[in-house]
Amino acid sequence: MNAALLPSHPIGAAPAEQEFLLAVEALTVSFDGFKAVNDVSFYVDPNEIRVIIGPNGAGKTTVLDLICGRTKASSGSIKYKGQELTKLSESGIVQAGVGRKFQTPSIYDDLTVFENLEISYPRGRSVFGALTFKRDAQVRDRIEEVAHMIFLKDQLLERAEFLSHGQKQWLEIGMLLIQDPELLMLDEPVAGMSVGERIKTAELLNQIIVGRSVLVIEHDMKFVEDIAHRVTVLHQGRVLSEGSMERVKNDPKVIEVYLGH
Amino acid sequence: MTRPNPAQTVNDNPFMKPMEWVSLALLAAVIFVVLPMLLDAFRLNLVGKYLTYSFVALGLVICWGFGGILSLGQGVFFGLGGYLMAMYLKLEASSVENTKIQSTPGIPDFMDWNQITALPWFWKPFTSLPFTLIAVIVVPALFAFVIGTAMFRRRVGGTYFAIITQAIAAILTILIVGQQGYTGGINGITDLRTLNGWDIRTDQAHNILYFVNGALLVACILFAQYVKRSKLGRILVAMRDKEDRVRFSGYSVAGFKTFAFCLAAVFAAIGGAMFTLQVGFMSPSFVGIVPSIEMVIYAAVGGRLSLFGAVWGTLLVNWAKTTFSESFPELWLFGLGGLFILVVLAFPNGLAGIYRTYVEPRLTRRAKAPEPAPAALPHAAE
Repeated sequence: MNAALLPSHPIGAAPAEQEFLLAVEALTVSFDGFKAVNDVSFYVDPNEIRVIIGPNGAGKTTVLDLICGRTKASSGSIKYKGQELTKLSESGIVQAGVGRKFQTPSIYDDLTVFENLEISYPRGRSVFGALTFKRDAQVRDRIEEVAHMIFLKDQLLERAEFLSHGQKQWLEIGMLLIQDPELLMLDEPVAGMSVGERIKTAELLNQIIVGRSVLVIEHDMKFVEDIAHRVTVLHQGRVLSEGSMERVKNDPKVIEVYLGH
Repeated sequence: MTRPNPAQTVNDNPFMKPMEWVSLALLAAVIFVVLPMLLDAFRLNLVGKYLTYSFVALGLVICWGFGGILSLGQGVFFGLGGYLMAMYLKLEASSVENTKIQSTPGIPDFMDWNQITALPWFWKPFTSLPFTLIAVIVVPALFAFVIGTAMFRRRVGGTYFAIITQAIAAILTILIVGQQGYTGGINGITDLRTLNGWDIRTDQAHNILYFVNGALLVACILFAQYVKRSKLGRILVAMRDKEDRVRFSGYSVAGFKTFAFCLAAVFAAIGGAMFTLQVGFMSPSFVGIVPSIEMVIYAAVGGRLSLFGAVWGTLLVNWAKTTFSESFPELWLFGLGGLFILVVLAFPNGLAGIYRTYVEPRLTRRAKAPEPAPAALPHAAE
């Protein structure tokens, strides 16, 4: 175990650093010389909902990819509860408590809703563990509880393929929820949803944020205003502005590149 | 509660569904009762040989059907199992007594022909039957583990993986053919006689080996069923579908793929060892690219998502092969290629898919006529 995980402050680290759940510092990634993310720093508190906005190509999804390990950073650091994530494997990052939802619904079409949720249940993740995994009452209860939260309790035995687009998005949120991550990252959770589904999703997000931090990428400004505690605006791979929605909305730089369009 | 409790239904996860028990009973009846009653000793031995290929097809169902990992090199593992068994049998057949006309008695004949005067070190442990039996399982598993780890860790998958496995099959064939003094070369290892003193060339021995083979096949089917029904089986299906989602749900995708590949390798090796015992020789013609692709066709024809389909597919294709190549030997390969294209285009889930789409609904309707038809359960992941 990393010394930084111990409750006492490691030598040389500022005490304040320990209070952030996620500290992204000077993060840079370059693809063949193109810096998709350039010297980005931001800090997420425990129990905070942070929304990342920005025009297309601003590097929003790349930031999430970097945090969850899908893309390797060229330089910079990502500290989650004091632990350096850039050195962990993808599955190690998940096991540390970071969950990620993809932009397009990423669920297992050939399995039932129940089985989709069961795979995300944080037990039996090794090959041997998966072979001997028992579907006991604890697992079933938890799956039913989550299915109830994501409005899919009557679809448990349906194949995920047959769900509507909105239901698929909820299912993926549910799959993250069952992992019980402390940091939940959602990439456009309401994209392509009907108005009714959006309202339900906002309600769902407000329910599941209790006891965890959420990092959301979203384009829908109404939705962002509804849920965001703080907003980070990215533009061309850099942080353009940060603060409350009110502040960001009135920032002339932001108006110029983004909201003014 | 008025509505049915979903927990009760999802809890209902029996080892095998009633229809699967029927399939198993049917297969067992055909292998253990019907065929031995109908066929003469020669034909039964032929079916026994076919059944050894179905071990490979069974492994491909797990690896390719469920896991989406297409290996075009299963002949490598079939061959490894077969060769390891052949090494033991050959050493037993090469006693000083039997080989006293050689310039170096006590070593296999092909070594003597190649001016080798002492038994190579890697042949020596194969004088022991327990060692051989363990090696038949462990060596192919280790080899698959090394290939799997090297490939899957680097995220090599899909077509690239298939091509690499095919290259390995080609390399191993060239190696075996080239190292004639150590492997018997293109002729393979022939003239195998006894297993721990028991003559395996008699009709009675063929008969016993046929039943041992059948029993091993059923055991492998049951183990495959255990894997399929476990969470690991569902993870394989999930990985085939959305690899990244599995990875970001906290699983090491490479580890699960390697497991599926190793399991397929072990099944293939058991088949290979049983092949050597029943047919009495092993040669590089069962290792290379063509047999490896043929084995994929068995699984495809039977239905790559069906454990039982794999066995039926193997039997059917081999029966066709024997029948057609007796009458039109030069046309058979075209027939085989055509069959593969037909299956892929028209029946992607093979015989099992045809059964599930056309036959099973009628059976269920007849069985529970008064009840309303249940929502059609789709084929995949079954």
